[in-house]
Amino acid sequence: MSGPSNYQPKSALGRWVHERLPIVAFAQDHLMSFPTPKNLNYWYAFGGILAVMLVVQLITGIVLAMHYTAHVDMAFSSVEHIMRDVNYGWLLRYMHANGASMFFIAVYIHMFKGMYYGSYKAPREILWMIGVLIYLIMMATAFMGYVLPWGQMSFWGAKVITNLFSAIPFFGEAITTWLWGGFSVDNPTINRFYALHYLLPFVLAGLVGLHIWALHVPGNGNPTGINVKSSQDTVPFHPYYTMKDAFAIVVFMLLFAAFLFFAPNYLGHAVNYLPANPLVTPAHIVPEWYYLPFYAILRAIPDKLGGVVAMFGSILILFVLPWLDTSRVRSGTYRPIFKQFFWIFVLVCIGLGYLGSKPAEGLYVVFSRILTAYYFLHFIVILPLIGLLETPKPLPSSISDDVLAKKKPMVPAE
Amino acid sequence: MKKTLKTLIAATAGICILAGLALAAEGQKDAKGVSYSFEGPFGTFDKGQLQRGYKVYKEVCANCHSMDYVAFRNLAEQGGPGFNEEQVKALAATFTVRDGPDSAGEMFDRSGRPSDRFPAPFANPEAAAAANGGAVPPDLSLITKFRPGWFGTFNQLANGIGGPQYVYSVLTGYEEASEEIKKEMPEGKSYNPYFANGQFIAMAPPLVDGQVEFDDGSPNKIDDMARDVSAFLAWTAEPKMEERKSMGFMVMIYLAILAGLLYFVKKKIWHDQH
Amino acid sequence: MSTAVHADVNRRDFLFIATGAAAAVGAALTAWPFINQMNPDASVLAMASIEVDLAPLAEGQEITIKWRGNPVIVRHRTLKEIEAAKAVPMAELKDPVARSEVANDGDPATDENRTVKGHEQFLIMMGVCTHLGCVPQGDNPAKEFAVVEGSTKTGGWFCPCHGSHYDTAGRIRKGPAPENLLVPEYKYLSDTKIQIGA
Repeated sequence: MSGPSNYQPKSALGRWVHERLPIVAFAQDHLMSFPTPKNLNYWYAFGGILAVMLVVQLITGIVLAMHYTAHVDMAFSSVEHIMRDVNYGWLLRYMHANGASMFFIAVYIHMFKGMYYGSYKAPREILWMIGVLIYLIMMATAFMGYVLPWGQMSFWGAKVITNLFSAIPFFGEAITTWLWGGFSVDNPTINRFYALHYLLPFVLAGLVGLHIWALHVPGNGNPTGINVKSSQDTVPFHPYYTMKDAFAIVVFMLLFAAFLFFAPNYLGHAVNYLPANPLVTPAHIVPEWYYLPFYAILRAIPDKLGGVVAMFGSILILFVLPWLDTSRVRSGTYRPIFKQFFWIFVLVCIGLGYLGSKPAEGLYVVFSRILTAYYFLHFIVILPLIGLLETPKPLPSSISDDVLAKKKPMVPAE
Repeated sequence: MKKTLKTLIAATAGICILAGLALAAEGQKDAKGVSYSFEGPFGTFDKGQLQRGYKVYKEVCANCHSMDYVAFRNLAEQGGPGFNEEQVKALAATFTVRDGPDSAGEMFDRSGRPSDRFPAPFANPEAAAAANGGAVPPDLSLITKFRPGWFGTFNQLANGIGGPQYVYSVLTGYEEASEEIKKEMPEGKSYNPYFANGQFIAMAPPLVDGQVEFDDGSPNKIDDMARDVSAFLAWTAEPKMEERKSMGFMVMIYLAILAGLLYFVKKKIWHDQH
Repeated sequence: MSTAVHADVNRRDFLFIATGAAAAVGAALTAWPFINQMNPDASVLAMASIEVDLAPLAEGQEITIKWRGNPVIVRHRTLKEIEAAKAVPMAELKDPVARSEVANDGDPATDENRTVKGHEQFLIMMGVCTHLGCVPQGDNPAKEFAVVEGSTKTGGWFCPCHGSHYDTAGRIRKGPAPENLLVPEYKYLSDTKIQIGA
């Protein structure tokens, strides 16, 4: 997308560096002058927000690792030590814990944005698939991080989730024993989870690099879904989108700060302030809110293996989404029928989340099954059919035409 | 923009619904709605109340309940009960702490120092269970954070989890059981509908009117003592609350100003495109 | 018209500068918790003083205790050692400054300034060589700057890492170390009990 760089080193030193490592030119091409469609709305700011949240989690995490002890006898008290004794330890830990939730809020909005605007369609399939991989690794990272404080929900969450693998035929038990390093979740488990929880975010950072690379090959999508046709359609990324994203990031930080300072434990579970006890299961085991829809799918299937397959299937199906959507029009804006099903799908996901938080009994199970069935139906049946049957609205001729059409007549500037 | 905002609010609300769906244990009665000085975004602890609560903990609760994560020095820290260093030294010295080994390899008892944590009344959970009819008295450092007094997504968002109210309600919630309930009641337990693990609690009613004499002459009915000690336990669970809220207030103002500035910067920059 | 444009440019510049300044101040303030978290925490600071009972320490005996993670040498010196220390002319010292927190800053490195008056027999100092931090050994094996008292104690200290010699008052006499061994802040709670640290 970006042509040969127009960066000209101004100083002798700049020239010397440029001939050996054209890093300034690279940064200028991709962070400054990168041509970006001029019609991106605020939903497109969540990519930037996510990058910031990843950095927040990395920095707070590295700092917390300086004080945390990964040992069954000391993990809980080392977290309390952070909360009580370490300078600003309470701030750093609450940032990290609430930051995880904020990360997921942003990633879900980012994903739904991609679904609505057809961001996964050709030529951006690999971009989308890297995104799904990032999401999967994020979930694994968050899960292992939640185990580290070694509270009751940490322990029982770890036990339940690792037991998912025991559903695998023949090798299930061997795999769980291997994951645990013992006969239950215990000291070897917390140690390896700690090591992986530290490692995976860097893998994520690398994948984010690939994600942006894959984005910069075809360039940004945009709300109209039509391709950039001329330089009239784009603006340089800086300062236009750096400043627009900066504004969105700070507004998002306001939400983050509201939770962090005034309801720091609201998004967590009270019972996780009770140290892990391998002999007593809490009355209700509920995962963190961001896993709830998948937890509902898991429990909707009355068969152990079936539940696990459905749960992983519900995420893995996203990998093939680019080929399930048969429409030739990218953006949901011009797809009247798709648009309605999109919002139904969003509600179904929220509904599954609600059901995931409820006990698996009575009507809750019935609704979980209905919504689970709909979830898969949406991808396998509804999406392919709409693409074939619906008549899209006429597309604007270009991005800049669309932008002009939406503007009110302007008072001529002085 | 407006539409975006609306959807954002809706999405946040949706997430809140998912987040706060904690479930009540069977049969737990919602805690009594007592209010405290430290509630709300600007609430702070009442130092006098925390000092009284400390006295109730020391004279009553500490006989059976540990408080592992709190050190005596914490009692003199900012945002706490506001004892001074000398007072903390004196009150630490009233506790006996096990230390050692000494040069002969023996463990020994000495009087507490500010840097010590509150000593546990029992050597280990097994000893605690043996001395208390099989039930281990829970550690109190974090009880107001791990025992919700009430449930419901929006209720908890607006009013917190009601941890201090839970402690207050259990302490004041002992009732004479009806004949029918009495039949189910195990030997040695008491009836308390506010208790989180079923309605029968192993702890006998711990407070009687006038039990703890307060230095400031404050009233010391069961109700007063329960209020004071539950406030004290709110502080032990979240000793940095005052610092957190005041910093939060500044951060929110700062972010709001920065967001405002960035909004106008963005508008200026986009001006030629509109 | 040109003034209008000019005013607009000024307003624009001011807005950008104000925003940039606000962001920079915020970033700087945000950095502080991340830096300060590495400083000693409240539990470490609370342990910053310890009490030592000197009563069991016989003349010529020495113990090493841990304070703030470092060894502190507590020696009950013999009369010979004290005399030897007092006899050293100031001009012979490599480091003429006391390096003692029980004396004033910059006081000369006399034996009196490195102990507490009335308790001269007890020498209390950090067992941290001022060269690169190893623990100097008592009973200086080289027997330089030491008191040879029959076959028993010799007094003086020797750092095995790089060969610094300290005399019976813990002053550097030979070798690469630049300063005398530091005497930490301590006070006598009673005749036989000291508190090291504030």
